[in-house]
Amino acid sequence: MTDLLSKYDALTAERGTLHAAGIRDPFSIVMSEVRSPTQALIDGRETILVGTYNYMGMTFDPDVMRAGQDAIARYGAGTTGSRVLNGTYQTHAECEGALRDFYGMAGAIVFSTGYQANLGTISALAVRGEYVVLDADSHASIYDGCAMGTADTIRFKHNSPEDMIKRLGRLPAEAGKLVVLEGVYSMLGDIGRLKEMVPAAKEAGAMVLVDEAHAMGFYGANGRGVYEDQGVADQVDFVVGTFSKSVGTVGGFCVSDHPKLDILRLVSRPYVFTASLPPAVVAMAATSIRKLMHGQAKRARLWENTRALHGGLTAQGFHIATPTPESAIVAVIMPDQVTTARMWAILLELGVYVNMARPPATPAGMFLLRCSLCAEHTAEQIAQVLDAFETAAARVRLSFASSPGIGMAHAQAA
Amino acid sequence: MPDRAAVHARILEFIAPLNTAAASVGEGTRFADDLMFDSLTVMDLVAGIEDEWNIVLPLNALPELETVGQLTDAVTRLANK
Repeated sequence: MTDLLSKYDALTAERGTLHAAGIRDPFSIVMSEVRSPTQALIDGRETILVGTYNYMGMTFDPDVMRAGQDAIARYGAGTTGSRVLNGTYQTHAECEGALRDFYGMAGAIVFSTGYQANLGTISALAVRGEYVVLDADSHASIYDGCAMGTADTIRFKHNSPEDMIKRLGRLPAEAGKLVVLEGVYSMLGDIGRLKEMVPAAKEAGAMVLVDEAHAMGFYGANGRGVYEDQGVADQVDFVVGTFSKSVGTVGGFCVSDHPKLDILRLVSRPYVFTASLPPAVVAMAATSIRKLMHGQAKRARLWENTRALHGGLTAQGFHIATPTPESAIVAVIMPDQVTTARMWAILLELGVYVNMARPPATPAGMFLLRCSLCAEHTAEQIAQVLDAFETAAARVRLSFASSPGIGMAHAQAA
Repeated sequence: MPDRAAVHARILEFIAPLNTAAASVGEGTRFADDLMFDSLTVMDLVAGIEDEWNIVLPLNALPELETVGQLTDAVTRLANK
């Protein structure tokens, strides 16, 4: 018998090395208690959460939680069925209504996760003989949507309108094309050049899908995302998003003004062949989305917090992936795996949780300590996080001398 | 129209700077197993090759192109279409 897990021996050994060095595994955190959108108990220690994508702090919103409790009382714990069979309750319909109102679009489809929303739309929209054209730094769910589908997949250089246009130009004029872009590219926290790229993609005869997972709630006049902020809303065909970031629960969606959008409900396998979200989840999402329509104060606090952390870390000498804060993600560029893992572990000991990211999830082989801000972080918490970074950097003797820079090569986000 | 030998020679030039394993490269050389290229390196290599011959090599076609010889065949075919 061939041991099917042997092919992962190198990775197993790598984890063992970190463990032997006394470094805690960054990918197996357990939060024993969660106090608020910004605080949890990890290893028995009060910890400030700075790596949760909980941008608007809706996870403990009293109205949101009450909507979930009411839905459990009225509809029970789960649907036990597909959206197309027994899995669509009034709560799911109301959630799609909230999305239509939030985005000002005629159609909305809720999927069970954001990952499945990308799988389900991309794999169904473009098929054999057609093309999906995607950014090299696209999220894994976009790559996986391509892998699941039958269309030819064409990858262009990250955020490069020129490279995208060149590659679109090589495709047959009459063939169906879907260009997939993101509002915020989550690994480095940089924003998409949608103002240039969306019109160029349309000009080349493609339909355009924009993933706004990391932008919902705090870009554009209505908080719809970077596509709204950059003024290309009238040219975007599909917007994909998630409930597991700003909305504060779990789920994914696609919204569109396309009159034929609803046919995806029958042809999208990740929509059809999985159970729908529990009624409490969609009820909470609907309440949260409607509150985010009036979230101006939270939005302002989120940007304020982001500027404070980005500015503070920069002043301390850290290299941040974006020279200015472009999104609520502040990605600190680190030199190598061991230093990154050690610094991450020290931060945790100091009561600060951030994300550690490593290749192949990161572009250009970079090691990152990624922070994502929340509107509910206090100025005191940001100050504590900055102190912790300073202490941890000293303890690992992090060198600030030379900029590690960002390579020209860009990679697949996994 | 490029012939196969010319395509092969040019592909070797594309591979050379990426060949950190310093493996000797021939028709049967495998990108993953012999050159130790990860999927990102292969995708970047392919992007340069697409530009060189103004061809389209979709990502989904790459798993079939395991060796230098197979890539050479594919590029020769596409470049002469």
